[in-house]
Amino acid sequence: MHQEYTVIEGDFVNAGKASSSVKKTLKQLNVNPQVLKRVVVALYEAEVNAIAHAYGGKVLVDIDADKIKMVVADKGPGIPDIAWAMEEGHSTARPEVRDMGFGAGMGLPNMQKNVDKLNVTSEVGVGTTVEMEVNFH
Amino acid sequence: MTIQDIVAKLGATVALGEERMDMEVEHAFASDLMSDVLTLKDTPVLVTGLCNVQTIRTCDMASLEVVVFVRNKRPTEDMIELAEDNDMVLICSQYSMFKTCGLLWELGMKPLY
Ligand SMILES: Nc1ncnc2c1ncn2[C@@H]1O[C@H](COP(=O)(O)OP(=O)(O)O)[C@@H](O)[C@H]1O
Ligand SMILES: [Mg+2]
Repeated sequence: MHQEYTVIEGDFVNAGKASSSVKKTLKQLNVNPQVLKRVVVALYEAEVNAIAHAYGGKVLVDIDADKIKMVVADKGPGIPDIAWAMEEGHSTARPEVRDMGFGAGMGLPNMQKNVDKLNVTSEVGVGTTVEMEVNFH
Repeated sequence: MTIQDIVAKLGATVALGEERMDMEVEHAFASDLMSDVLTLKDTPVLVTGLCNVQTIRTCDMASLEVVVFVRNKRPTEDMIELAEDNDMVLICSQYSMFKTCGLLWELGMKPLY
């Protein structure tokens, strides 16, 4: 099953719509609640990042019988130092991001903790792609 | 204890979920930082001063069902609508974060960590 969502820069009101919709789908598929929570928490953090730190982008989701693959691909500005960004507590979040309850530099580390596979690639001036995979069993 | 016990102890108002007052709860977690809430393995009552749509989304993702807003913060219509979709309970405490937590502690609510 393939799903696609568009996320828009600065659109905090709709941040989480993609994750919420994926949650509904996985519920219908009777995915274990603990696994479901890991999936949606990781996707939500990635979605918030595309809205908060980037110029928006796309969320692509592929679900099969034993796993879910999620790709959050944005349109830039890119991450100059991915290793720095992956460290807990590291953040460049603007005040409005902090007002939303984010911006403590916990997003990428939390994605890492929740998914079975995480791959972050980025090119400055082009964009960032976050690929995540979670096995259902 | 039940949500009713919490509401009584705090002299709080219920913004959503009046029909779930007999739900049993045991643990609470207090934070304004949604990234922190997203690291929880359990599903406690959330005590928070952050009152916006992201609070409700975060609870949806983290499978939290009960939120206590402190300092008389009132959820907006948008928030209530979203929370309704997720069968949540929203409570408004007139007290500060510190006092609200103190009263819940007195009531016997347990910390997660
Ligand atoms: N999609 C993205 N585009 C550009 N920069 C990003 C993106 N995602 C993360 N970053 C950078 O990595 C930092 C850490 O991200 P994260 O761990 O999610 O914490 P936070 O969002 O709280 O800052 C961000 O502050 C930002 O500098
Ligand atoms: Mg983040």
